[in-house]
Amino acid sequence: MAHDLAHDLPHDAAHDAHYPGGLLRWIQTTNHKDIGLMYLIFAFVMLLTGGAMILGVRAELFKPGLQLMQPEFFNQLITLHGLIMVFGFAMPAATGLANYMLPLILGAPDMALPRLNNWGFWILPPAAIMLTLPFFLGIFGVGSGAVDTGWTMYAPLSVQSGWGMDFAIFAVHMLGVSSILGSINVIVTILNMRAPGMTLFKMPLFAHGFLVTAILLITIMPVLAGGVTMVLMDRHFDTHFFTAAGGGDPVLWQHIFWFMGHPEVYVLLLPICGVVPHVLSAFSRKPVYGYKAQVYGMWGIGALSVVVWAHHMFTSGMSVGGQLYFMYSTMLISLPLAVLFFCWIATIWRGSLSFETPMLFAVGFVILFGWGGLTGLVLADAAADPQYHNAYFLVAHFHYALYPTTVMGAMAGVYYWLPKWTGHMLDERMGKLHFWVVMIGFNLTFIPQFLVGLAGMPRRIPDYPVMFSEWNMLSTVGAFILGASHLIFIYNVVKCARGGVKAEAKAWEGAQGLEWTVPSPAPYHTFDVQPTVK
Amino acid sequence: MQGLKNLVLGVIAALGTSATWAGYSWSFPQPVTPIAHETLHVHNLFMVIALTLFFGVLALMLYSFYSHRKSRGAVAADFTGPKSRKQWLWVLAPFAGLLILDYGVFGIPAYHAVKMYEDTKNDAELVVKVTGSQWLWQYEFPAEGVKFSSRLTTPREQIDNLVPKGENYLLEVDHPLVLPVGKKIRFITTSNDVIHSWWVPAFGVKRDAVPGFLREFWAKVDTVGTYRGQCSELCGKEHGFMPVVVNVVPEAEFKTWLESKKAGVVAVAAKTTP
Repeated sequence: MAHDLAHDLPHDAAHDAHYPGGLLRWIQTTNHKDIGLMYLIFAFVMLLTGGAMILGVRAELFKPGLQLMQPEFFNQLITLHGLIMVFGFAMPAATGLANYMLPLILGAPDMALPRLNNWGFWILPPAAIMLTLPFFLGIFGVGSGAVDTGWTMYAPLSVQSGWGMDFAIFAVHMLGVSSILGSINVIVTILNMRAPGMTLFKMPLFAHGFLVTAILLITIMPVLAGGVTMVLMDRHFDTHFFTAAGGGDPVLWQHIFWFMGHPEVYVLLLPICGVVPHVLSAFSRKPVYGYKAQVYGMWGIGALSVVVWAHHMFTSGMSVGGQLYFMYSTMLISLPLAVLFFCWIATIWRGSLSFETPMLFAVGFVILFGWGGLTGLVLADAAADPQYHNAYFLVAHFHYALYPTTVMGAMAGVYYWLPKWTGHMLDERMGKLHFWVVMIGFNLTFIPQFLVGLAGMPRRIPDYPVMFSEWNMLSTVGAFILGASHLIFIYNVVKCARGGVKAEAKAWEGAQGLEWTVPSPAPYHTFDVQPTVK
Repeated sequence: MQGLKNLVLGVIAALGTSATWAGYSWSFPQPVTPIAHETLHVHNLFMVIALTLFFGVLALMLYSFYSHRKSRGAVAADFTGPKSRKQWLWVLAPFAGLLILDYGVFGIPAYHAVKMYEDTKNDAELVVKVTGSQWLWQYEFPAEGVKFSSRLTTPREQIDNLVPKGENYLLEVDHPLVLPVGKKIRFITTSNDVIHSWWVPAFGVKRDAVPGFLREFWAKVDTVGTYRGQCSELCGKEHGFMPVVVNVVPEAEFKTWLESKKAGVVAVAAKTTP
């Protein structure tokens, strides 16, 4: 159908890019590339914002004592860091990749719902302002500052907190609406806009990753929206969902939050599980190993992720049966995840490997995320968990799970498709430099955090006993190196956009897929006539 | 050049001496309760298995990176899945191993550990009620009628870096909890305001104090000593400043302490401010 529509258009008219100049182009655009680009830029700005905040935290933790800030301000920084990184950076970055690449990969002219696409994006900047405005006002002495409850917003602390919390609640609503709109678009596009002949089981893994993600998002985001609305009611309308004095239960909030929060981890992971096989396969010059196994693995992870949430709550108090159930079901996730790892490594095995920048980031992701996954196994042990829970061991664990996926995995994707977007090849020397600075900075930041956590340092404290000093100092040095690595990334992307070696339609020797059949940079409207897939 | 060499050697020598590393911790504190012993055991077992797996797979990948390199003339194979029965066995073996690891090596001891962790009532000889409060801990021996609160005593000047920090910086309180050695103690936690979490790493226990609800855990400390920990659930601005200090003493000494508390020397309000 889409095929026929495009076919009937006068050929030249369909090829021309019709858009107003200047700012209006970006506000009005319904083009998936424009919107995808805006998503990615927005996400990167948020990455830098959340990153700058956590560098403030790391600077404070450089040595014991309060040097730079008071605890109230510290709590705002850690909270905003979490919320910004999850909702402001990681999810928009994934949606940006989906927007830019799905039509190219599926052989479609654009996303299925372009106007909704525009709306979905333009909700984000106001949401980000909503979230951070109290923070900046607080700096200038207006109000009590931003939300300071930790990104988990545990009740009744979140009921007690200042009006930064109300801003955060409305920001979460807006971010939730945006991601649901984006998810609907992804699902509709994948189910309806694939090139003729591309059945669901011929569809590239990229699309499968985003399909599972989108379905998870539609499942969980309304639950969070409902939860934060209940907090809002408790704060202002004297309901008592989470206050025991009125018959409520604070732990109910934790159930609601983690029913969203745990699948959220896989919402951040699965798009990258879709991206990485493309990169590994291209630079191994070898087809993806275990395609169907990976598809089932992703669906398995998605399905299990919504029934294991309370492993975040082993210290909250739970029946023996509850603990055993959540422990054993959590362990089950290691199976589909191991399927993915197995397939990634088997894709590389006996290939013809070369290590351009995207490949470095992809294997870096596999290695570091491997350690993140393994440490998750011991956190699943309900009896041992209390010793790790809310200590720095946990912080290090989930950063090993999230940073390699959301940042390194996304960067693997960006570097991989950058020639397709800009028409130029990357300066490989600088790309490799970026990778190694990330590896050194990341490990130097988080290995000490594992150790200081085992020694007994709780998370979210602005000051700590002197016995934790050395590890914290190392971690802070690592964090600043890691922070600096993103400046190299900016330099690389800007330089690549401005010029460089001209990229072929098929920019990488081993690259497979429809996106490499169109010229680099890809035309404004990708496929006027849908290609046929055999 | 010589100077640089000496400097490098000096740094290496300094790092090599045990004195430099004495202050560093690589693992859990010395466990003093059955739960902490069990947790440390699981942790050590896990670390050995996880590190073996991690470096095993990493070695496999590094081997592939080296020998399957295009620049070494490697020609790509084109397999996309197992074909023969033998290949299927190779593919399925790691998953069978993982299942055994999950539900055997970790799963079975974890089952018993959870049962042990939650067995708060059998043979408990003493009940201590722990109430979290912004930002101090209140301890109560309900049967003995003793109740007191426990606040940070680290002076503000140390926190603000005006004077040097003491040995137990941020881990010292006015009235520590005193417990008898070798007795199973049933703890009940709750809170006055928001959720707090009571944690002593050497005990291997951490339990949230939830307002309006009672949670339980237990500890049987086998060694006399002073044990320190911190609140581990974000509870507001002074979250980092409500430590836990427990003095574990011989039975007789504990009795004397309890009597002195009963005699009306009950300290409810501390004079020092945090």
